[in-house]
Amino acid sequence: MNIGELLRSFPELTVTGVTQGAIYALVALGYTLVYGVLRLINFAHSEVFMVGTFAALFTWGLFGLDSNTERPSIGVALLAILAAIVVAAVTSAAVALLIEVTAYRPLRHRNAPPLAFLITAIGASFVLMEVAGSLTVRRPFGVPALLPSKPLFDIGGWAVTPTQVTTVVVAIAMLVGLDYFVQKTRAGRGIRAVAQDPNTAALMGVNKSRVIALVFILGGLMAGVAAVFNDIKTGSTKFNVGFLLGLKAFSAAVLGGIGNLRGAALGGLLLGLIENYASALFGSNWRDFVAFVALIALLMFRPTGLLGESLGRARA
Amino acid sequence: MLLEIDNITLLYGRIQALHGVSLNVGQGEVVALIGANGAGKTTIMRAISGIRPVASGKITFNGEDITKVRADLRVIRGISQSPEGRGVFPGMTVQENLDMGAYTRRDTKEIAADLERVYGLFPRLKERRKQAGGTMSGGEQQMLAVGRALMSRPKLLLLDEPSMGLAPLLIQQIFEIITEISKQGTTILVVEQNAQQALSRADRAYVMETGRIVKEGNGPALLDDPAVREAYLGAA
Ligand SMILES: Nc1ncnc2c1ncn2[C@@H]1O[C@H](COP(=O)(O)OP(=O)(O)OP(=O)(O)O)[C@@H](O)[C@H]1O
Ligand SMILES: [Mg+2]
Repeated sequence: MNIGELLRSFPELTVTGVTQGAIYALVALGYTLVYGVLRLINFAHSEVFMVGTFAALFTWGLFGLDSNTERPSIGVALLAILAAIVVAAVTSAAVALLIEVTAYRPLRHRNAPPLAFLITAIGASFVLMEVAGSLTVRRPFGVPALLPSKPLFDIGGWAVTPTQVTTVVVAIAMLVGLDYFVQKTRAGRGIRAVAQDPNTAALMGVNKSRVIALVFILGGLMAGVAAVFNDIKTGSTKFNVGFLLGLKAFSAAVLGGIGNLRGAALGGLLLGLIENYASALFGSNWRDFVAFVALIALLMFRPTGLLGESLGRARA
Repeated sequence: MLLEIDNITLLYGRIQALHGVSLNVGQGEVVALIGANGAGKTTIMRAISGIRPVASGKITFNGEDITKVRADLRVIRGISQSPEGRGVFPGMTVQENLDMGAYTRRDTKEIAADLERVYGLFPRLKERRKQAGGTMSGGEQQMLAVGRALMSRPKLLLLDEPSMGLAPLLIQQIFEIITEISKQGTTILVVEQNAQQALSRADRAYVMETGRIVKEGNGPALLDDPAVREAYLGAA
């Protein structure tokens, strides 16, 4: 155990942990939204994210930016990021909706048992991953350099790059926006109603199919935004980029209390931090190991996660 | 007739819960449905609101066949239900629960007026409007469920055991409120264990046994029926 390393790099580890956590949190929301309404773990959500990473690359291509081009001016970089956010979010949302309509909805109409949904989710995940794999000949794609890599400031080791600031600011804006939507709007109330009691929701005139479509779309939007920043952060993407990240985001959702939106955000943040501290303490080979051990340990003491289950049930 | 149910059957998997039930509710009536536990009263309510599909038979509402219409669309047509077990949304405040009742409506001003009307009927709800539905007492939740069902401005109000879990004084009160709602022009079909109250206040009533209607008549007449008295009023 290397405590010295942890203490020495603590500021840097914290900043990268929060940035990584912001990405996990955005993806985790998709798992938690769908689970809250359908009690279904949508394993294909990792591929919704993966498609977003390619949609962002495609957008940057339209700007004439690729992994070999020079870093553009800040204005162009921000514009390119904004455009990528819009395109990736819309593309991911469309893919999420497509999965719901083609894979899950027919099962619901046939009153299929939960296991059939789970198998379908895993199947849809592999289908999408393999289709992307063959379209991209399974090779990695580099991401263009966008924002300057020089830190915006460096105060006593607390250095933050423009990319990190942008990631966290956009993630917070998305989280706050989603929370407002679910808590305060009529459509959001419909989502909470179906999550809490689907039959009674129907008695109130809530169209369950529409609510389900809506949560897939919302989850897709969040995953698309996460995909953009994951591209920028890691500098490349690949057909299987969603696999491990999706698993971790799902774990983050469980950590916070699956079905709970604020829990997903908290779980993502914690997982990002734990991972980074663990890699300093035990070496980067151990980071996933430690992250999952921490998850299991927490679930032993709080089986429903940090903030407890259910959309809207836990209001705080 | 506002509601006509013609010979419906309903299955829960292999269990047949309704064996050819026919029942009518006329415009402006208060109709009671009584019967032993497990007779199928709640099942009829589910069939009318569309939560459960019928296997055969026909349901007509306001002159239109709604047998195959989705539950949420029946609300828009004017059917509203306070379900058995209340179905209060536990994580929503009292106010949000009432807003859910008006989910299909867009007439904000009128909704506000109806909210005041419900608060007028149930002052307790107004006092507790910021409290989470799940932390309300059983009786308070019952009031909330009835009040919420009114928020859609239904043509037909379905009440499944509105007096369940209420103290005697409150039972009296809730039936007075039902009479009041009816006077304000809403047609009501009410399922009740409290046969005495239900029969004395209803224009007409149906008696159910094991998935069938076995008797119908006007309320007070059934109250005097010896078989009904013995079975549901605990009198010899
Ligand atoms: N979801 C269900 N699955 C299977 N059987 C059911 C279901 N709901 C009700 N039943 C059965 O259907 C029959 C009618 O039930 P229902 O709830 O309509 O009775 P009820 O008249 O409302 O009784 P109570 O007065 O106790 O509320 C019962 O035998 C019950 O066991
Ligand atoms: Mg019942």
